[in-house]
Amino acid sequence: MKFLEARQLTKRFGGLTAVDKVDFDVDKGEILGLIGPNGSGKSTTMSLVMGLHKPDAGSIHLNGVDIAGWAPNRIAGMGVSMVFQHSRPLQQQTVLQNVLLACLPNKVTHLRVTDAQRDRALESLRLVGLGGMEEKFPSELPFAGLRRLEVAKALARDPDLLLLDEPFAGLSAGEVREFSDLIRNLRSAGRALILVDHNVKSVAALVDRAVAMSSGQKIAEGSPREVLANADVRRVYLGSQSETVGANVRKRKSEASPVLIVKNLNVTYGKAQALSNISIDVVDRGVTAVVGLNGAGKTSLFNAIAGLLPSRGEIAFRQQSIAGTPAHEIARSGIVLCPESRELFGDMSVHENLQLGGMHLSSADKRERLDFVEQIFPRLGERRGQYARTLSGGEQQQLAIGRALMMKPKLLLIDEPTLGLAPIVMDIISESIETLRKSGELSLLLAEQNMVFASRHADSVYLIEHGAIEWSGPADQFVEQVGGKIL
Amino acid sequence: MAGNTFSIRRPLIGLAIVSLATAVLPYVGLQEYSLSILTLGLFFAVYAMSWDLLFGYAGEANFGATFLIGTGAYTAALMSSNGVATPLICVAAGAAGAVVAGAVLAFPALRLRGPYFGLVTLVAVLIMRQLIILFSDKTGGEIGVAVPDVIAIEAATNFHIALGLAAVTALVLYLLVKSPFGLILEAIGQDSVNAQVLGFNIVKYKLTAFCISAFFSGLAGGLMTFYLGTASTNVFVDASVGVQIIIAAIVGGRRTVFGPILGALFMAIASEYLRPLGSLSELAVALIALIVLFFLPGGLLGLVRLARRPS
Repeated sequence: MKFLEARQLTKRFGGLTAVDKVDFDVDKGEILGLIGPNGSGKSTTMSLVMGLHKPDAGSIHLNGVDIAGWAPNRIAGMGVSMVFQHSRPLQQQTVLQNVLLACLPNKVTHLRVTDAQRDRALESLRLVGLGGMEEKFPSELPFAGLRRLEVAKALARDPDLLLLDEPFAGLSAGEVREFSDLIRNLRSAGRALILVDHNVKSVAALVDRAVAMSSGQKIAEGSPREVLANADVRRVYLGSQSETVGANVRKRKSEASPVLIVKNLNVTYGKAQALSNISIDVVDRGVTAVVGLNGAGKTSLFNAIAGLLPSRGEIAFRQQSIAGTPAHEIARSGIVLCPESRELFGDMSVHENLQLGGMHLSSADKRERLDFVEQIFPRLGERRGQYARTLSGGEQQQLAIGRALMMKPKLLLIDEPTLGLAPIVMDIISESIETLRKSGELSLLLAEQNMVFASRHADSVYLIEHGAIEWSGPADQFVEQVGGKIL
Repeated sequence: MAGNTFSIRRPLIGLAIVSLATAVLPYVGLQEYSLSILTLGLFFAVYAMSWDLLFGYAGEANFGATFLIGTGAYTAALMSSNGVATPLICVAAGAAGAVVAGAVLAFPALRLRGPYFGLVTLVAVLIMRQLIILFSDKTGGEIGVAVPDVIAIEAATNFHIALGLAAVTALVLYLLVKSPFGLILEAIGQDSVNAQVLGFNIVKYKLTAFCISAFFSGLAGGLMTFYLGTASTNVFVDASVGVQIIIAAIVGGRRTVFGPILGALFMAIASEYLRPLGSLSELAVALIALIVLFFLPGGLLGLVRLARRPS
C-alpha cells in the first residue's frame, strides 16, 4: 500500500467535469509531478487532496484512511501541508509570527507560544534560507522570499505529505535551482511530495514520476521521460501534424493593412514587468493568435489593448491611436474583449445575457444581432430560457463569445477560448471561429495555451514568453520551427 | 530579537496610566452631568471593543451586537424586577445568558459562507425586538422593564464601575489578541482557506471569539441596565444602536482594541455637544464619522500608529 492512494477521483463544477476519474499514488520519499496545461484539472486535483473541494466521487486513502471529503483542517491534522501558488502572508505580522502561526496547535485554550514552537519556527526559516529575516514584515521580502516564507510555513508543520502548487512560477533560473534543491532535501527527509506544474520540462529533472492531465483526465503516467515521449501528451501541447496542416484554406492576402497595430507595449505590475516591448499586427478580417503558457502575459496584453490595464507604448486601431483611451470608449469603437473568466451572469437566462451585450443597440438592430448569434451558435437558441450557470462549459464559452458579438465588434479579443473544454467541445468552438472568419465581418485575436487549436485557425501566430515576443510568423511554420521548444 | 515579537508591556502600562488618570476625574471638578456622559460612553466602549474582536480580527461583521447586549440587559432586568436575585448575580446571569444565546445563534450562522452571518445576526435583533413587544405583559414592551434595585447611586461610583469594566475588557481583549489565539483569529480573518490548510478549525475559533464578545457585551448590558434603572428596546435591542457601535469601532480604529474606546467616547461626547442641533445632531455625527472614514481609514488610533511607524 502506498502512502497516498487516490482512486477514481471526480469533481464537477456545474456542467464542467474538472477532474474525471483520476487515479494516482505517491509514496514517502517520492516526488510526483502533476502536469498539464492550464485548465486541465491538476490544481483542482490537488485541492481535492487537501480538502479545499469535496470530490463528487472517488476515494483518497492517506496511510490507509479515506480522507475524501474531510474538512481541510482535519486533513492538515493528518500530516498534509500545502504551498499555494500565490503567497498569502499576514501583512501586519512579522515573518517569524507568520511561521509561528503554522506551529500552533488547533486549540483555543493555547494562549502562550512555547519555546519548542518558537525554535521550530526559527529552524524552518533557517531551512528555507530566511534566517535573519525574522523581524521583517512580508512586504519587505522580495518575491522569491515570499515563496520561501510559504514553504517555511508548510515545513513548520512537519508534514508527511507536502503539496506544492506551481512552486517555480515567477522565479528566476537561479531561484528555480535553489528551490529544486530545497524540494529534493524534503524528499530525502522521507516526505511524500506532489508538485503541480504546467510545464513538463521544468520539472522533469526533479520528479520521480509524473501524471499528465488534460481536460480533467489522466492521459499519461510514468517516468518524466516516458510522459514526455507519450503521444497524447505531445498532442495536448503541440498537436499532431495532420491536425495543424490543411485544416483550413489560408492563402491570405496579407497586403491588407493590419486592423490593429501594437508597438513597443510595456506593462508593469509594481516591480514586476508583465510585458516588455510587445509589438504585434492583427490581420484584418483574419485570425491572429497569441500563444504561450500560463503566466506568459497573454491576458495582460489583452487587458492592455482593451484599456483595462495602464500601459506604455502605441496601440493603433484602424489607423487611430487608442492608447490611453478609457475602456468603455475602446469597447464602443469596436474592440470587444471576451475574458478568460467569461464573466457570465449565472442567474440570468441565456437570452438575458445576450440582451445585456446588445444593450446599446436599437431594437431592430438587436433583433438582427440575436439572429446572427443564434445562427452561429444554434445551441444558444435552443437554450434561450436556461440559466447561464446551468450550461456546460462549452455552452458557456459559446454564450460568452455570443454576448461579445452582440456588441458588434470590429475586432474580437477572445482570451483562452478552449480553457478547460473537452476535445469534442473544442470542435464546436473551432467551427464557430471558422464561421466568424467566413462572415468577413470582423477580425479575431485569440490568446491560447493550446497551440494546436491556435495554429489550426490563425493566419499568423505570436509566441509570448515571460512577457516578450519569442517568435512570430505564419501559422504553418509555427510547429516545425518552435514546436520542440514549447514542450 | 524574538523577545519583542509579542511585546505587549508598553501598551499595557499606557492602559494602566490612562485608566488611573481617568479615575481621578470626579475628584478634580468634573461635574455629574459630564460624568454621566462619560459613563455611558464607557459602556459604549465595551460594546465597540467586543464587536471589533469579531470584525477587526476574525473578519466577521456582526450586525446583531444589540442581540447580545439586549440579552444581557433583559436577563438582568427581568431577574431583578421579579426579585429573583441580587443585582450582581443578575448581571452575572446576563453575561452568561448572552454567551449561551450568542452560541446558539452563532453556531449555525458561522458555518454559512458569504454575507449570511451578518444577515442572521441582524435578523436576530429584529426577532428579539418583536418578541419583547409581543410578550409585553412580561417584558414591559416598548416601555421597558424597570429594575427596582441599584448597584450604586453616586455618579462617581457608577463612573468607576464603567471605567473598571472598560479597562478590564480592554486588558483581557488585548492579551487575547496578542496571544496565539489572536494570531490564529487574524489569520482566519485575512485568509480563511490558508488558516484551514494550516490545520485550524475556523468555526471553533470564530465561535469562541463570538462567545467572548458576547460575554463582555452581556456583562456591560446588565451593568448599564442597573445604571439606567430600566431596560428598554430603544436602548438595548435596536439595530440602529448596533450600527452606532459599528461606527464607533471603525472611527476609533478597527483591529486596535483601544481604538474603539476612543471612537465610543467620541460618539458619546459629540452627540451630546451637538444636541442643540436637534434632530440634525444624528446627521452631524454621521457626517463626522463619514469624514473620518474617508480620510483616516485606519481610524483615530490608526493616525497615532501612522505617525509612529514611518514606512
